[in-house]
Amino acid sequence: MMVWNSFSDFLAMGGYGLYVWGSVGATALLMLAEPIIVARRNSALKTQLQRQFNAERADRGERKARRSQA
Amino acid sequence: MKPRQQRIALIVGGLAVLGIAAVLVLNALRSNLEFSITPTQVASGEAPKDRVFRVGGMVKEGSLAREADGVTVRFVVTDTAREMTVNYKGILPDLFKEGKGVVAQGKLGADGVFVASEVLAKHDENYMPPEAAHALDEASRRAVNEQAAQSLKQ
Amino acid sequence: MSNGLLNWFKYASPQSFYPLAGKMIPWFWALAAIFGVVGLYIGFFVAPTDAQQGEGYRIIFLHVPAAWMSMFIYLVMAFWAAIGLIYKTRLSGMMATALAPTGAMFTFLALWTGAFWGKPMWGAWWVWDARLTSELILFFLYVGFIALQAAIDDPRRADKAGAILALVGVVNIPIIYFSVKWWNTLHQGASVSLTKAPSMAQTMLWGMLVCALAFWMYAIAVALMRVRGIILERERNTEWVRQELAR
Repeated sequence: MMVWNSFSDFLAMGGYGLYVWGSVGATALLMLAEPIIVARRNSALKTQLQRQFNAERADRGERKARRSQA
Repeated sequence: MKPRQQRIALIVGGLAVLGIAAVLVLNALRSNLEFSITPTQVASGEAPKDRVFRVGGMVKEGSLAREADGVTVRFVVTDTAREMTVNYKGILPDLFKEGKGVVAQGKLGADGVFVASEVLAKHDENYMPPEAAHALDEASRRAVNEQAAQSLKQ
Repeated sequence: MSNGLLNWFKYASPQSFYPLAGKMIPWFWALAAIFGVVGLYIGFFVAPTDAQQGEGYRIIFLHVPAAWMSMFIYLVMAFWAAIGLIYKTRLSGMMATALAPTGAMFTFLALWTGAFWGKPMWGAWWVWDARLTSELILFFLYVGFIALQAAIDDPRRADKAGAILALVGVVNIPIIYFSVKWWNTLHQGASVSLTKAPSMAQTMLWGMLVCALAFWMYAIAVALMRVRGIILERERNTEWVRQELAR
């Protein structure tokens, strides 16, 4: 079953195009943006933590090396 | 009581107190939480004097009339018990129809005519394709006709 | 019984929940995508025109699922908050924190799509009736919860304060749900409820239910993603996070 005769019919939504597409647009925008923002924040956190851990490990390694030199 | 049970009791008790408080507050605010009042309430003097309020009900079938200027409309709002005439100058919403729900905001004039500054359509929670709506209309019309025929026979 | 309990407690620790959540997320995304495509297809290509509202009623396929989720997520959030208060489990508070932004987003969408529906049909973007006002209060509750937690540095205290706010706000949920019954509102009554047969054509109903399922799966997927971030953040000084990120 198909309710639309043409693509422009579909876009017009029987004269309610602005309202229907305004709703669809906002919903799509937010529901796409939210997971992207969360994913970005998570990966930023991961790299920040990794950098911090690596620095700490390097720091420890350096100290150990200095101690063994002395 | 163990501390955990104490915490549960505290939360349940807190929610119960909160619930009761909410019920009391909502009851006290009852009239203010109503979006609109009915023509019957207006008739019994519950409408605020000289203040804007909203009246809601059904647009009476066959009552919608447009004045000569083309933008002023006049229609009757009914709650089946009482009715009142509404005068409105402006654009009516898409769903405004005779026999359907309406809420008008405005003031009651001295002549008993309600002068609306805003008219909103109230629709029901039924969604169906036009064919089904048509079939329902037909069915109810048939029922009414049959009733009429029955009463004629008697 | 004891075995089941053991399992629950095992996954109640952030350390074991972190990888489990990671495994579940793709499945929930897949379900969300499938239900979303099917639901929107039914809603926009199969469901017939409405007798009263023409094509404008199709906003229902987004509006109702968003509104349902806005209330449902709040209940789940309050549930986790209560569990956290009672049992002092760390993960519960993190779950509540992870759910709040998604709940706020769905509340915003319910209000937004409602405005875009109300304007053509009722004749107004917004009215102060009991249904719309209580839904707006729900949005402020979410925002208040997020702001309160953000304002408190110690996560334990933030969880506690947030939990109390969340539990107090639960009162609002039945008010939203029953507002159209208790008071005279411009908003119409429920088309779908447990106490009566749905007042919608079959395909319309199916479209709406499948879209609601899609939103539900989406909410789980996003909340799990967010809770993984929160776990890492809060457990950053533990050995397991070190090992997890060294991989």
